[in-house]
This record gives sequence, C-alpha cells and structure tokens, in this order.
Amino acid sequence: MTSELDIFVGNTTLIDEEVYRLWLDGYSVSDAVALRVRAGILEQTGATAAVLQSDTMDHYRTFHMLERLLHAPPKLLHQLVFQIPPSRQALLIERYYAFDEAFVREVLGKKLSKGTKKDLDDISAKTGITLKSCRRQFDNFKRVFKVVEEMRGSLADNIQQHFLFSDRLARDYAAIVFFANNRFETAKKKLQYLSFGDFAFCAELMIQNWTLGAVGEAPSKPDSQVDDMDMDLDKEFLQDLKELKVLVADKDLLDLHKSLVCTALRGKLGVFSEMEANFKNLSRGLVNVAAKLTHNKDVRDLFVDLVEKVHLGPQFVEPCRSDHWPLGDVRLFLNQYSVTVHSLDGFRHQALWDRYMDTLRGCLLRLYHD
Amino acid sequence: MPGKLKVKIVAGRHLPVMDRASDLTDAFVEVKFGNTTFKTDVYLKSLNPQWNSEWFKFEVDDEDLQDEPLQITVLDHDTYSANDAIGKVYIDIDPLLYSEAATVISGWFPIYDTIHGIRGEINVVVKVDLFNDLNRFRQSSCGVKFFCTTSIPKCYRAVIIHGFVEELVVNEDPEYQWIDRIRTPRASNEARQRLISLMSGELQRKIGLKVLEMRGNAVVGYLQCFDLEGESGLVVRAIGTACTLDKLSSPAAFLPACNSPSKEMKESPLAHPPSHGCRSTHNSPIHTATGSRLTQNFSVSVPTLIYTGMGSGSAGKEGGPFKALLRQQTQSALEQREFPFFTLTAFPPGFLVHVGGVVSARSVKLLDRIHNPAFVGIMGNTRSYKLLDWNSFNSDEPETRDAWWAEIRQEIKSHAKALGCHAVVGYSESTSICEEVCILSASGTAAVLNPRFLQDGTVEGCLEQRIEENLPAGCGFCHIPYDELNMPFPAHLTYCYNCRKQKVPDVLFTTIDLPTDATVVGKGCLIQARLCRLKKKAQAEANATAISNLLPFMEYEVHTQLMNKLKLKGMNALFGLRIQITVGENMLMGLASATAVYLAALPMPGGIQIAGKTPSDGSYEQHISHMQKKISDTIAKNKELYEINPPEISEEIIGSPIPEPKQRSRLLRSQSESSDEVTELDLSHGKKDAFVLEIDDTDAMEDVHSLLTDVPPPSGFYSCNTEIMPGINNWTSEIQMFTSVRVIRLSSLNLTNQALNKNFNDLCENLLKSLYFKLRSMIPCCLCHVNFTVSLPEDELIQVTVTAVAITFDKNQALQTTKTHIEKSLQRASTDNEELLQFPLELCSDSLPSHPFPPAKAVTVEKASPMGEGNFRNRSAPPCANSTVGVVKMTPLSFIPGAKITKYLGIINMFFIRETTSLREEGGVSGFLHAFIAEVFAMVRAHVAALGGNAVVSYIMKQCVFMENPNKNQAQCLINVSGDAVIFVRESELEVISTQQPTANCQQSCAGGEVTT
Repeated sequence: MTSELDIFVGNTTLIDEEVYRLWLDGYSVSDAVALRVRAGILEQTGATAAVLQSDTMDHYRTFHMLERLLHAPPKLLHQLVFQIPPSRQALLIERYYAFDEAFVREVLGKKLSKGTKKDLDDISAKTGITLKSCRRQFDNFKRVFKVVEEMRGSLADNIQQHFLFSDRLARDYAAIVFFANNRFETAKKKLQYLSFGDFAFCAELMIQNWTLGAVGEAPSKPDSQVDDMDMDLDKEFLQDLKELKVLVADKDLLDLHKSLVCTALRGKLGVFSEMEANFKNLSRGLVNVAAKLTHNKDVRDLFVDLVEKVHLGPQFVEPCRSDHWPLGDVRLFLNQYSVTVHSLDGFRHQALWDRYMDTLRGCLLRLYHD
Repeated sequence: MPGKLKVKIVAGRHLPVMDRASDLTDAFVEVKFGNTTFKTDVYLKSLNPQWNSEWFKFEVDDEDLQDEPLQITVLDHDTYSANDAIGKVYIDIDPLLYSEAATVISGWFPIYDTIHGIRGEINVVVKVDLFNDLNRFRQSSCGVKFFCTTSIPKCYRAVIIHGFVEELVVNEDPEYQWIDRIRTPRASNEARQRLISLMSGELQRKIGLKVLEMRGNAVVGYLQCFDLEGESGLVVRAIGTACTLDKLSSPAAFLPACNSPSKEMKESPLAHPPSHGCRSTHNSPIHTATGSRLTQNFSVSVPTLIYTGMGSGSAGKEGGPFKALLRQQTQSALEQREFPFFTLTAFPPGFLVHVGGVVSARSVKLLDRIHNPAFVGIMGNTRSYKLLDWNSFNSDEPETRDAWWAEIRQEIKSHAKALGCHAVVGYSESTSICEEVCILSASGTAAVLNPRFLQDGTVEGCLEQRIEENLPAGCGFCHIPYDELNMPFPAHLTYCYNCRKQKVPDVLFTTIDLPTDATVVGKGCLIQARLCRLKKKAQAEANATAISNLLPFMEYEVHTQLMNKLKLKGMNALFGLRIQITVGENMLMGLASATAVYLAALPMPGGIQIAGKTPSDGSYEQHISHMQKKISDTIAKNKELYEINPPEISEEIIGSPIPEPKQRSRLLRSQSESSDEVTELDLSHGKKDAFVLEIDDTDAMEDVHSLLTDVPPPSGFYSCNTEIMPGINNWTSEIQMFTSVRVIRLSSLNLTNQALNKNFNDLCENLLKSLYFKLRSMIPCCLCHVNFTVSLPEDELIQVTVTAVAITFDKNQALQTTKTHIEKSLQRASTDNEELLQFPLELCSDSLPSHPFPPAKAVTVEKASPMGEGNFRNRSAPPCANSTVGVVKMTPLSFIPGAKITKYLGIINMFFIRETTSLREEGGVSGFLHAFIAEVFAMVRAHVAALGGNAVVSYIMKQCVFMENPNKNQAQCLINVSGDAVIFVRESELEVISTQQPTANCQQSCAGGEVTT
C-alpha cells in the first residue's frame, strides 16, 4: 500500500512555524522529518512517523506554492487563493526575508551578480548554511536590490512599501542594498570582528548624511535627474572633502586645533597624555580618510581605512584598542575634536566638516569594540 | 418577470504575462449572457488593466435569468493571430432574483482557466432589474429561495413544511460527443462546465416551479448531484424540502402562527385556490379506534374534543388512542404526497414525534441496456432483504431515470410504513457509477411527524397543546412508532428510561441530527464501519448480478460492524448515519459513518461476549478469554473517555448533562406517577444482555481484531459527523474547515478480502490521525460534520475524500453555558412563545452592564437586522470589508459558533474542471490537486464576498472526481461544491449594531404589525 496522493487543504491556510523554519533553512523533507522527530514531536503528540512525513510534505507543498507570492509580498496580501490572517502573512514575509548573520557577512558589499552566486557553495560550506538557504537569501538580496535600485525617495521606505517588511528588516535591507551598490569592502581579515549590525549602523548614518537623498530636500537641487537618491553617495560632497585637508596641512590651524582640544579635555581624559602626543597623527588620519573618498576605489576601502589608517600612533581604531582607550575617552575626544573646529576662525568649511564628521564619529564609535 | 441584467467590468489585476516580448498583456473582456455578447476596449500593455466599462445591458426573460450563467471571458488581444483566452468567470446571478437575498454582485473574481488554474482577478459589478409581470403561465420560478442547509435557516421560521421536491435533467456529456475528438481539452472542459451550469439553472428553476405549485416559497435541504454516466450521458438531479418560510423580522411576527390568508397571499406568489382553506383531512374518530389506515380523506369533525381527558390513562398501551389519532392526522396530511420525504436533518421543536429507524434502498442498474436486477433492503433495526423483480425499461430519457428513482422511493416509503411511520426524514439519495453499472441508493429515517407543520394552518390550537403535553421532551422521539405486538423485526423493547411510559428499542439508528432537546449522557463520538469485498471483473448483466448478490452481505456486515463498535463505545444510538457503497471494477467498498451517543431514554447497552465455537484446547480458550478481557477493558475505557456514567435509575436526572428545568419537573412527576413500573423496568433490564460474538473462523477473528484497532482520538479531540457534538456546547469562535484527499495504490499481488479490509481500514485511520495531528494547535477542539467519501477511480486505487470543520471549545465553561446553548439551538426555528420569553433572558446575560439600551430593545433590533433594507444592509456588512481581502469563513455546519447569521444571500453551487498536461511540473498529483482545491475554495470565497457575504454555511464538496495518467503526464479533476452564502455578525458586535440602529427597530415593528392567529 503506497500513498499516491495525500493532501490537506484548509479554508484558512495552516502554517506551522517550525516546519516553515526547516523549509527556509533548506532542509529536504526527509531531513526535516528527522529533525522534527529529534525535537521529540512524536512523544509530545503521540503521532506516528508516517503522519509526520505526510504533514511535513503537505507543509512543504504549501510553502512551495506560497514562494511565488512571497517574491512580491503585496501579491500575498491581495491574492485570493490562500486565506491567511494578516499576522500570519507578516510572519511569512518576515521569516522568508530574514537572513543569517554568517551569510550576510559573506556577501555584504559584494556585487549581487551571477559571479557571486557561483561562490554560494563555498559560502555554504564555510558557514554550514544549506546551499538552498544561501540561494534564497542571495536571491532575496538581489530581488530587493533590483526593485528599489531605480527608485527615488528613502531607501528604507521604498523597501518597506514594496516588500512590506517590518521597520527593522527594512533598515537592514537598506544597508545591504547600500553596501551592495557602493561595494564597500567588508571581507578583509581586519574587518572580521565587525558584525552586520555594525555595518548596518554605519550604512544608516551614511544614507542619512552622505547621499544625495540626504540633501534631496534642499531647494538647491529640486528636480535633479539623479535617481538613486539614497543609494549613491553624493559625489559633489566627496569632491568637496578635499577642502578639509587644510586642517592638517595648515600648521597654524593644526596647532590651534590641538591646543583648543587639549585645553578642553585636560583632566577629563584618562588617556590624555597619549592623546596629546598623538593628536597630529590622529587628526591627519581622520582628515586623510575624508580626502581619499574622492576616488571610487578608496570609497570601497572606507572601512578598511577607518580601521587601519586613521592614525592614533600609527593607527586609529586598532591602537586605541590595544592601548585600551576606554570607549568613553574615545567619545569625549572625538566630540571635542569635531566641535572645536567651529572655533577655528580660519576654517571656512564648517558645514562640510559637520556633514563629514558627524557621520564618521558615529561610525568610529560603533566600530570601536572588540 | 422579464428583467434587465446589467454588467460593468471595472478592472483586472495580477494578469498573466501573455506577450513574452514586452512582459505585458493587452487584455479585453467579453461579457456573454445567452446569445448576446459585449466587449470592452483593449487595455494595452498592462497586467493591471482599468477598463471601467460602460454598463452592458442584457434584456432577458426570467427563464433565461434562472438558467443561464453570466459568462465573462478575459482575452489577450493579438493583432496578427487569434486572441488568446486568459480565463473565464462564470457568475450565477440567481441570488439577485429574489428580493431578500443580495441586491448586487460586486467584487474581485479569480479568472479561471481549466488548464492553467487561476490567472489573475477581475473586478465586476452585476445588477438585475426585474419587471413585475404576473403571468400565470410562466416557466420561471424567480423568488423561490434555495437553501442547502438541512434545517430551517436561522433567520426564518417554518410556517408550513410542504414536503419532498425532486427533479432531474439529462443531457449528453460534451466529453463524449464526436466533436470532442477535434476540439482542445480546454474547449471541451469549458463546454462541460457551461453545460452543467445551464443544467443546474434549469433544474433549480423546475424545482422552483414545483414549489410554487405546492404554494411554498423556499426549498430547504436542497441537494443537487451530478451523475457522470459516461457514454450514456450526464444527469443532474436534485432533491429538497419545499417549505413556506417566514422571515423572523420583529417580535410581532413571532407571536402569531402566521396563517392568515392575507399573509399567505403575500408569501406565495400564486393566488390560493379556493379549496385551500378547508383541505384538512382528519379521519373520523370511529376509524381511529381501529387503527386501520384509510385511503380516503374525510372532512374534519373536530376530533380533538373527543379525546380530551383520555390522555393520561393511556400510558403503556401502544401509545393509546391519542397516538393513533396523531398518526392518522399525520398520515392523512402526508398521504396527499407521493413521497412523504424530508431532506431536513434538524427540525423545529415539536416537529419530530417518533423515530422508527433507518430505512434504505439500493438498486443496481445498467446504464446502456436497462435490464437489470434491483436490490432493496432496510437498515437500522431491521435486517430484512429482498430482491425486487427485474424491471425493464427501454429508453434513456429522463423518464427512465425518474422511474428508477421513483421505484427506490416507493421502496423507502413502504419500509417506513413497515416501521409504523408515515414519513421519512433526513432523506438523501446517491449513486455510484463504474463503467456501465450504477448503484442507486436512498436512505432516511422513518419517523412520525407532528401534523402541525405539514398542513396549511388548520390544526386547532388545542390539539397542539395536547401534543406538547403528551410528549416528554428529551425522550419522545425514541418511543417506538410501530405496534409492539406486530413488530416488523425482532427487537428488545423496554420502557423508556426517561418517562417510563412508553416503549423504546434497545438501540436506535437514524440519519438525522441529534434533536436539540434529546437527553444525552456524556459525549458522543464518530464511529465508522469499513468494508471491502472483491468481485470478479464482469460485463454488463453478469456484473450487475454479481454486485446485487454481494450487496445484502455488505449491508449485513456493515450493520454488524456498526453494532459492535457502538457496543464497544458503551453507547446506544447512532445519529447522522450515512452508508456509502462504492462500486469499482473489481471490488465493492462500504463505508458507514455515524455519531454514536448514549441516549438517556434507551437502556444501557450490554457488553460484547466472545464465544469460541470449538472449545477444544486450552490455549485457544486462553486466547478467547484474553480477547474478552481486552474488549471489556476497551468498553470500560471508552465509558470513561466519553464520560458515560448513566445514572442510577433513581438519580438519572442529576447525571444528565442537560438539566432543563421544565423537563426535570416533568420527569419527576412521571416517576412518581408510575412508580410501580420501575420494578418492571429493572426486570427487563436484567433480561436483556450481552451481545455475543462467535469466533468460529479466521474471518471472525479478523473482525474482532479490527474492532480493537480503532484508536480513539488524542485527548482534547472529539469528532462527530453531525452538526453539533453531543455533550459539547461551549464553542468558541475559531473554526477551520478543510478538505483532505488520499489515494492509495493497492499492490495487486495479495488482494484478498482481509488484506483489502486492512488497507482500507488503515487508510481511514491514518487519515484521521493526520487530521488530529495537523489540527493539534486548536485543542481542545471537535471535528464536526466529518464527511468521508470513497471512490475507486481505477483498478487498484482507493480514494478517500474528507471534508470537516474543526471548532474549538472552552473546556472550563462547559457547565455554566449548557443552558444558554440549548436556548440558542432552539432558536434555529423558533415558533414557541416560551422561547420568546427565554430569548431576551439569554441576551440579557450576554450584554454588558454598561449597555445603554434595555435588553429587550437589543433583542428586537437583532431580530430586525435580517430584514436589512437599504442603508442598514451596508452597516451589517462584515467589518473586514475595507481590508484588501475580506475573510470568508466556510463551514459544513448550518451555523457559525459565537455569531448570528443575519442574512442569507443565496446558494452557491459551483462546478469546476481542471486539467493538466504537465503533471510533474505542477508538483505531481498531490501538487495538482492541492492547488486545485485551494483554487476552488478561493472561487467560492470570492463569489460569497461579491454577494456581500462573509461566510458559507452548509458547505459541501459533493464531488471530487480525480483521474490521472502519469505516463502521459496528465491529470484531470472535477469538483462540485455548494453551500449557502450568508452574512454573519459576531455576537459581541451585535450590540454595537443595535445602538447604531435604534430607528430600524421602530420601522420593523410597525411593518410587522399584522397580527394573525
């Protein structure tokens, strides 16, 4: 006796969260059944293995049918075939587009192209995430990228509108899209200690301050034909950053800056002497990062530079850590360092400085951890 | 009444890409009704076209309005080649034809293609303007309401229940026409869908005409079926119960019996014939005494007066003269009818007087040359079988099929008479077809009915009173209707354990739902008898003979299995019994499902004793005693599981889960009056004893084993195949309707009866286990209306289709809410004044203390809401209407727990064909059928939503014919579903509505002011 056909169709589509997770994780039906057995479901419910097999098959079939709709979440809301309560719809979408930290770190900043897709089996082997799941996550990134690529307006809002994500997930995807578009390097060994959250935080700050969208509302550029407002960095702004060089090139200005910072921080900073000794290197590092952003190639290396080239002694982030600057001291220093520039009468690029430094300071503080 | 049909095509969405080059579609729409076709403009390059068409107007006869479906075809415009069809929508406009149902159909319909399934949606608005035209010779029956529900629909009350209506129409099946060889599968499927739609429309119209002839205004328990007879054609047949229904609009309409001629005139579209008023046909008292039946009708001579004062002395004596009188009356009322059958399974209080048992008849027919044997049997308490004469017919016209059914119905009628009953309730008909052999089956429950509802309101009030008083609630229906000395079959009779006045049988089998006032001990459960019998492949008459020879044995075994399983559960009655015999090439399958309960009125069932035929060696003896112990243990366990603690005779009221005060007092009284009979009862209880199973061969051994293999549902789960689960009544609002289909392939090597039985048994048991597992998140819950259908699509394939609804209930509130529930269920078809008094009380307890209106006011508004005219209708629309896709509930039950049905919008009766030539690509047979059933649900929901409804009640999947050819990568499936589209309002929301509409109340009570007697 073999079951030729075995189906269950509810007026309200039954969604088993546990099976959904196994399906998303890319397990085959038999693997999923084995995992469910191991989780002790047979003992809990008194069901037989055959029942479990049939149930799992059924859910997999449903998910397979739903997958087409999940590719365009608004379709899931308007379709008539599966009656699913709104809360369940949200859950389906959210889980389908959720991604693994390990996976996203592997592809963050990479071009979402066929080439990268070919590397997925390596990623799968490296991370232990099934290839199927890797493909789904990669395709999700790419799908979202394609949809919002040409759109105007806020990146996160566009994503939310077209994919009905939660606020959190929409912002994460905005970061992924932003990184993919600007191809920031994140895979270097030195950057391995950084989490996706760190990058997403920086991405959000950069989107807010450094993109065209950030100044989009300014009347100066009402109907510019530049489309990807939130996705591309503001080229003009990057060009202008060269002007900041004066802060380290002009010796008077640098000395004045140093003395003002030191006066303000004397007694407040545990690492005052180190700071005082290294001030010029530190400042040079911070300003040089800005100056380098003119070239596309260097933009991609922003995070590498932030970690390697911002000088505090020879380097910023790393040395700080090795010398155990407490985070509070770093914050105090960076705040004072950027605020004090306003008191430099000879310096004319105050607005530019703020736009640059506010974001950079936020990023640096976020990246400054073990 | 000719009318004007108006259609507007608004927009489309999610259309498929028809032009690969542009990834877009140039869509336009053809709207066709009858022979008229309109087209919209082509909306270029869009998957979401906005046609916003003008109103397309069709001026048509009402006959066409009833028969024809509105056909909407979405096409892709192609300049150079033929336009490609995207898909179609068929809209049944029948609900627009009666004033109380929907007024407009408007909404998103899935665009359906028989090859590709659903391909996007289209937004359509449909309206009908009917012109009044009182043509007496009309062929249409607009205005007759149809309900699938097999009880009086919630917002109506029955003025008269007229009785049985049936009709069938026959046509050639397009699939078997010569043209099918040259047309595409799509064209063939569409021709079939359209034809069946037309035939259903025609059938409904014809039934409607019959109802009008009977001066009714509605058909309740409407069941329409298709017989796909292959070469010999396509039969669409329907049965139902004609009624005159009255809308429950305001309390004013509640009070009167509503029999005034003026009211009647308004209700029925035809004028009354003059004879109407004096048609009542009681027999004269002299004849009553003899108890003989009269074939002639006499005019009335107020017989009731003669019997006053004699009722109380009649206890114990065959029901006494009163019973005879009742029977006479009913009989005469029913004798005017050819077939005193009722498709209802639940009845207004007081309607059902006695139940005799299940009657069924089957007949084997050959579809091409009609020259075949017929077999008929009675099920239930009798086991008499006989073969009918060989009948011959010689044409293949509807008359032939009519004659076939007439013959079976005649048989049913005579069985009912043998049981001392004049009516058959819970009546249904079915067929099973394999090649050219067709088994026709009919079954129902023989019953004695209260004439009050059957006649046109001439029954005197005092008689009604007497009936009410003479029938103790909760047990009256169990009392035997037949003559004790002249029993049609051997049965143990005892005095009723409830009232102790009348005799009851030891077990009771019925096809109806458990009467709401029945006194039940503990909970009920689903039981099934499953049986397979191999038969040789044969041709024509030899085949038919072989089948009809097998049938009696199958019926007998099914009956024995049911009886054994019933005893094993420690219960004594079956409700909702449905026995399905399915014929295949090389086997016959029998599947009986029923809900077992313990009726307090019937004696406690004896146990099962096993007896070995040959008590030779010790190990065998030991084995027998081991089995005996297992069986006894199972019975004890079941009693505990289903909470069957039948009370000691003296305390029986305390143990009863339905301690209705009124009933209690009556019980007490009857006990004190007949105290001397108690001893007699006890004696008879001692005599009646265990059911003996003889194990004399391996077959019998198998049977005993199979008895023990049925696993009870996991804890927290209950199941039944009736509307409501006896013993559970505190439903919460979560419901989940589902359909599950399984097909197994038998290995052809070891096809013995035993192996076959085991396979079939496992199939059903595993299916149930899967359901319990799938729905475990709903625990505590009950599977209600579990409906199994078996078919044998091929030699070695068995297909089982199950549709049921899982309803959650609250474990803790069981006791407190018992009473409220009873009152609620009584509302089903309330006519009694006392309920009127109970009703406000119930609401009173429900409503919040902060409620600004006095409870009485809330009641009236609630009652008024079904009237739903004009603006009020919009208000009562589902609250979810403004979300993108409104939720539409579906349930095979006639009610929605925790909600009130405020309006019936018309019946849904849909037929779909789906075919594929890329079975593997669509996920194999499971993927294909899963998608198709999901699509069918979606189309049903879309139609209901377009009618303005938010639920389908009494939903049923009548057919699911699945055929596959994996070698060719092909499969085809036909599905037929039906149900009643309704608007329901949650009980918690009712109060809100009532505060919004204080004025509606006023208007309604003014309008309903005609007071009649």
